[in-house]
Amino acid sequence: MSNAANLTFSQPTRHMTQETHHDYTGSKLGMWIFLVTEMLLFGGLFLVYAVYRYMHPADFHNAAQDLNVFIGTVNTCILLTSSLTMALSIATLQKGQRQAAVWLLLTTILLGIIFLVNKYFEWTAKIHHGIYPNSAEMLRFPQGEILFFGLYYVMTGLHGVHVVAGVVLLSIMVNVIRRKPCDVHVFGAASPGPAGVRRLTLTDATGHEMWTSEGIGELIDSVSVVVNYRPSEGRMRPQDYVALENCGLYWHLVDIIWIFLFPLFYLIT
Amino acid sequence: MTAAVIAAAPREPSYLAYRGRYSGILGWIFSLDHKRIGVMYLIAQAVFFLVGASLGVTMRLQLMRPDNHLVQPQVYNALFTLHGVIMIFLFVIPSLSASFGNFFLPILIGAKDVSFPKLNLMSWYLFMIGAVVALMSLFTGNGPPDTGWTFYVPYSIRTSTNVVMGLTGVFIIGFSSILTGLNFITTVHRLRAPGMSWFRMPLFVWALYATAWIQVLATPILGITLALVVVERLAGVGIFDPAKGGDPILYQHLFWIYSHPAVYIMILPAMGAITEIIPTFSHRTIFGYKAIAMSSMAIALLGSLVWGHHMFVSGQSDVADITFSLLTFLVAIPSAVKVFNWTATLYKGSIVLEAPMLYALSFIFLFSIGGLTGLMQGALAVDVHLHDTAFIVGHFHYVMFGGTGFGFFAALHYWFPKMFGRSYSDKVARLAWGILFVGFNTLYFPFLILGWLGMPRRYYTYSFPQFASLEMLSTVGSWILVTGILLMVGNFLHAALKGARAEDNPWGGVTLDWKIPSPPPLENFEQIPVITQGPYDGFEGQAPR
Amino acid sequence: MKRDDMNADHQHHEHPAISYGKFVGVWLALLMLTALTVAASGLQLHVVGVVTAACVATLKTLLVLYIFMHLMYEERIFKIALAVGVATLAVFIALTFADFPFR
Ligand SMILES: [Cu+2]
Repeated sequence: MSNAANLTFSQPTRHMTQETHHDYTGSKLGMWIFLVTEMLLFGGLFLVYAVYRYMHPADFHNAAQDLNVFIGTVNTCILLTSSLTMALSIATLQKGQRQAAVWLLLTTILLGIIFLVNKYFEWTAKIHHGIYPNSAEMLRFPQGEILFFGLYYVMTGLHGVHVVAGVVLLSIMVNVIRRKPCDVHVFGAASPGPAGVRRLTLTDATGHEMWTSEGIGELIDSVSVVVNYRPSEGRMRPQDYVALENCGLYWHLVDIIWIFLFPLFYLIT
Repeated sequence: MTAAVIAAAPREPSYLAYRGRYSGILGWIFSLDHKRIGVMYLIAQAVFFLVGASLGVTMRLQLMRPDNHLVQPQVYNALFTLHGVIMIFLFVIPSLSASFGNFFLPILIGAKDVSFPKLNLMSWYLFMIGAVVALMSLFTGNGPPDTGWTFYVPYSIRTSTNVVMGLTGVFIIGFSSILTGLNFITTVHRLRAPGMSWFRMPLFVWALYATAWIQVLATPILGITLALVVVERLAGVGIFDPAKGGDPILYQHLFWIYSHPAVYIMILPAMGAITEIIPTFSHRTIFGYKAIAMSSMAIALLGSLVWGHHMFVSGQSDVADITFSLLTFLVAIPSAVKVFNWTATLYKGSIVLEAPMLYALSFIFLFSIGGLTGLMQGALAVDVHLHDTAFIVGHFHYVMFGGTGFGFFAALHYWFPKMFGRSYSDKVARLAWGILFVGFNTLYFPFLILGWLGMPRRYYTYSFPQFASLEMLSTVGSWILVTGILLMVGNFLHAALKGARAEDNPWGGVTLDWKIPSPPPLENFEQIPVITQGPYDGFEGQAPR
Repeated sequence: MKRDDMNADHQHHEHPAISYGKFVGVWLALLMLTALTVAASGLQLHVVGVVTAACVATLKTLLVLYIFMHLMYEERIFKIALAVGVATLAVFIALTFADFPFR
């Protein structure tokens, strides 16, 4: 494994490596903090919802009857299932089963798209009935109902934007895990040392020699070696799947937000 | 400490001299080095500060005499909006956190960089894009926004000016602020050097850490609120529109849920820098380390609970008025804890009054005025009289400029030799400080009196002759202040171009930043230091704790 | 390369893999809870209905957080960060409600 490899000149030399550090826990911590900010972003809307529902309980109750509980329930199940396939995709990748991981990820993306299509039909049906912000029809509603539908469009809309972002993110990940996990280490070695026969040696962590170069002529004063790392099944390092794990965290968060949106809009009849 | 080892090692090229894949300007704008990113923030902030300051000076010219018509009324509305937006969102919110925080946070905890260098660079880009978008609102659409920096509804959804673009700019800047906070929290948790326990972190780091939490927790609320105003303007959803049942006071709640804690985003890092400067120039370890560290966290916590004090006359309920008034008085406690600890650190110290220390001491003085006038407004009955008067403007300029601004200048004088490896003229720096300090008080103290006498804020002009002399005095103060600022800027520019080489430790500081070369090498440390004592132990004649 | 090594092993801990069966079990539980909350809403329970809906949503969230998002295996700081976020939001909502009900 290249991250345990050592590149040295056979003679004393100063060698430089490309600094790469993989703080597995650190990158997940960063992602979780980001999720907290996302939660507060939606939190502001939940606050608005709470205030207006408190002020217009009857209107909210009436307006919610216009929403289709069946479509809402189906969409909930779709998102929950996509969370399952997402979690499984990570689990399979951790074991190095890249093929399975890709398929599960594609399923997740597909479920996300189905969710969006349902959402699209739901919205267009509403708009068809003249229920959309600032429509002549809606301006005749009691104020609480205007607020309910305003919040409905804003909150499910923002959630939809997050689903779209998730779908894009996961599509990128499909590409990443199909090509990767693989990373490239570039070792640059410069030897100002005395002329003579110089060789480059690649050793593993135990000092065992893995590769030695041909003799390097005295006119050459710096060499760079590129090592490609491709883990095999069962030999995955955390940094090989942390990106997918973080995307998964994002996807689950989008699911959690829907878990709250669903009862708040569909089930308060 | 490993000071000897670090100093004895052969010198790596400094971060300024380092040649990476790109050179010249590209070597800066594509650099992932936290130090270069910090310097880029510093330059951008300095430019925005000067732009904001010139808008402010223009406003002072307009208010210099009664019934003055130097600018059009609509221009005046745009002036105070832009002065506010630029100063708040482009100077004091990134404040010391983005510039000095980026530069010194990793150094002070013994790390080579922040946790996410790429994200860090992205934050800078977002900041610049946001700034450009916000400034573009000046020149496009139906003229610059005229809502004030608070964007209060319903006016902000009714006015025909270019509010959407201004809001979009602020939204993007907010996102940049969130990412910086996220980066700093992760860095503090993950990249402290071996032996750098939580209570061995320098107090500037504690302040940045507390600030980062506020950035992460409060900024999203601002983001969604501004987004709602944009949606309101574009689609007429009705959430804040009273004609459709929306409640404008709810907007005020949401806005201040962010914008009061934002005051602490602005002031906490400055307090942190002051806490670094005072021990160094008193040659004495800090008094009450844990109290200061915890007061930073307490300010972050309590500061999130007091937003309603901006709304005492808005029509919110009496219960809310009383609750928020009480909580507002509580938040004074941790701030006072800091002030007492700073003064206790000075006690029996060997105080050296060099420029950074002068700024630090005047910070304490000006911030105390700002804080105490804040308490006056926190009292319900008094606030009814003071609300929306020049008193408020005076108060927050004492906090924002006397606090954050002077803290920024203090940090700049303190760390300039470290950051750029050059010394500035101490004589000029002290002279500039004197002019600035006099100018500042001549400019802003009259605001407090004028407000008390009833001069409203944001008024284009006034007709009462009894305000004339104080308004005039204030305008003269603005000229003195500008002289001081220009002298200070000139001093730094001269130092950057022609200054003498600075020593590694010109002030005799003991924190990690003073144990590496000036300017620091690319990776800060030859070897990651191992920390064995508290951050302020090791002043001469001081036994370590 | 030494340096690289040190960073790579920088005190991370890989948590034990969660079995596929457990994920599927959680998924079934989530679907069942959804059915429960929909059924309960049909019964017109008023206050009890609101409480049920809130409890079910919270329970579902905890399942997703702890199992799907591996939170149960993460370090304490992850849970603290999340708890701080939830508490902050709760305080924001609570203090705003010092206003509206008392107008
Ligand atoms: Cu405030």
